[in-house]
Amino acid sequence: MTSTNQDSQDFYAASGETSEGQVFTVTGQDWDSISQGVADSHEERIVVNMGPQHPSTHGVLRLILELDGETVTEARCGIGYLHTGIEKNMEYRSWVQGTTFVTRMDYLAPLFNEATYVLGVERLLGIDDSIPEKAQVMRVLLMELNRISSHLVAVATGGMEIGALTVMTIGFRERELVLDLFELITGLRMNHAFIRPGGVAQDLPPGALDEIRDFIALMKKRLPEYADLCNANPIFKRRLEGVGHLDLAGCMALGLTGPVLRSTGYAWDLRKTQPYSGYEDYDFEVQTWDTSDSYGRFRIRLNEMWESLKIVEQCADRLAGLEGAPVMIGDNKIAWPSQLAIGSDGMGNSLDHIRHIMGESMEALIHHFKLVTEGFRVPAGQAYAAIEGPRGELGAHVVSDGGTRPFRVHFRDPSFTNLQATSVMAEGGMIADVIVAIASIDPVMGGVDR
Amino acid sequence: MSDENTPVDEATGNLPAQSDEIRVVGERRGMFGVRGTGDTSGYGGLVKPTILPGLAQRPYGGWFDEVVDALEERLRSTDLEPALEGVVIHRGELTLHVRREDLAFVAQMLRDDEKLRFEFCSGVSGVHYPEDTGRELHAVYHLLSMTHNRRVRLEVTAPDSDPHVPSVVSIYPTADWHERETWDMFGIVFDGHPALTRILMPDDWPGHPQRKDYPLGGIPVEYKGGQVPPPDQRRSYN
Repeated sequence: MTSTNQDSQDFYAASGETSEGQVFTVTGQDWDSISQGVADSHEERIVVNMGPQHPSTHGVLRLILELDGETVTEARCGIGYLHTGIEKNMEYRSWVQGTTFVTRMDYLAPLFNEATYVLGVERLLGIDDSIPEKAQVMRVLLMELNRISSHLVAVATGGMEIGALTVMTIGFRERELVLDLFELITGLRMNHAFIRPGGVAQDLPPGALDEIRDFIALMKKRLPEYADLCNANPIFKRRLEGVGHLDLAGCMALGLTGPVLRSTGYAWDLRKTQPYSGYEDYDFEVQTWDTSDSYGRFRIRLNEMWESLKIVEQCADRLAGLEGAPVMIGDNKIAWPSQLAIGSDGMGNSLDHIRHIMGESMEALIHHFKLVTEGFRVPAGQAYAAIEGPRGELGAHVVSDGGTRPFRVHFRDPSFTNLQATSVMAEGGMIADVIVAIASIDPVMGGVDR
Repeated sequence: MSDENTPVDEATGNLPAQSDEIRVVGERRGMFGVRGTGDTSGYGGLVKPTILPGLAQRPYGGWFDEVVDALEERLRSTDLEPALEGVVIHRGELTLHVRREDLAFVAQMLRDDEKLRFEFCSGVSGVHYPEDTGRELHAVYHLLSMTHNRRVRLEVTAPDSDPHVPSVVSIYPTADWHERETWDMFGIVFDGHPALTRILMPDDWPGHPQRKDYPLGGIPVEYKGGQVPPPDQRRSYN
């Protein structure tokens, strides 16, 4: 399955001879002919191109594996298949509209993307300290719910890739519950654009706290199922233990953060070390493991879901006492002018606000128009905001030239950085372990390629 | 929105620093992005310079002084004092402007000196300031010291005519893909990088899309060859 890039050769074509050796195109159910062909050719070295479309590579990740028998001698990643130019697009939209782009990057952690971008913008605006308490609590609530849903997918797809289909089905079953909560609170299951500069887009809808409490109660019953299925499962353990090993020095050099770093026993979690959005007010533990392998990362994710649940519970308690409190900054030069609510026609609207701007105050109408079409200006400068995403340090480098649009926004996505460890984790191991190692990194290509 | 000179960080207790030098990196004209005779708005005469936060004066406050002192001490001992071109403190963040030929050395100092210990590099981000003549391309590194729980930003510049910056991959291996991305998007050549190839765009892609002078496509519409102009030529607030 070697392939060469020659003008005369169409590399999408069927199997054939090239100067580099014979090329096999795998289409499924043809393994016999390939293994026979490889045996006949007496080649020791085989290069396998895996992906970019393959169910085990977490989206459009391409792996180029050089094999000696079943041992991987070289592993390289090809990325960029999901590059959509989000950072460039944002330079032609207002600061608020930017949230609708960033939410689409790492599509399993949309609220983290929004939060880190918004924290960067708020720091440049110099309004970090004036974000209302309720908005802060809602951000934390949504982020921790999002951490649970993201870890559930990590566990579910990781299980699926080693054949544990039940782990996959129950993982997605629980994730659905989180997405239902998102739909209730933000209106959308994904791509929320809910966390906005200055606060959040909307107040909690009626009944949301009850739904959250039901969810917490249900998750307390369901989370032990993962532990029962996996933690001591001999097949699961033998597939994961010692696989994808990366020690602390390796993590530091390659810039790995998140569960991979914590699986080395180092309790580095930005929520504790550099708290933002009021994380210092919540009671939770940083989860670590000491095996530096895929099994440790799996256990960390399970434990982190418990910790997130604890935080969600504390958020729900705090929100119960914050009914009617503002969720958007008081500064009318930044805050979105209207607080929409879903009317009986199913459309988002605010009749009070329309009455005010259409019937009572010309200035309010002008103000609304200016803020919605032009947006606010952000003082020139740059800021770097970093938060603890489900996969590690998610950073936003936000640059403003004093205009109504971002001059440059760059995201330090943890998937992008962590994926660099693929070769270190996979080389020298078995080909079947490559999948496990990558699953333990939990890359999301939307975030990698942006 | 507060004014330009308030880098007070409540959390770290850093004092406000004084800015004396004004760094102008461009200017904004008019209000609606219209140029020439098309501008009937009456705002076309407005000119507003883009001023980045200026260089800070001592004392910087908090741990900023410790970091700059420790770095300057190391640079003095190796006669490389001019390597540190300036210090900017804005919004509670410390930015060190470094002469580009000394970037690798400064990064090594920042990583290894026990008073500094910035052992973690969050990555490289490019910024293109087309009107910052002679220093159009900026490479921005965000370093993190987990030992001291501090963050610092390194910034180096290169002119469009000579877009070379030394690579820090030998010091921070994590910069590998980040430098490839910055090359891909901005055309900054990181000298010494082991394999500086495109990473997000296809290998045969022409140009570097994140540069401000990268041509953007318009959208043809089905009306007598009409076209929605590219976003940077549309009428819009600026």
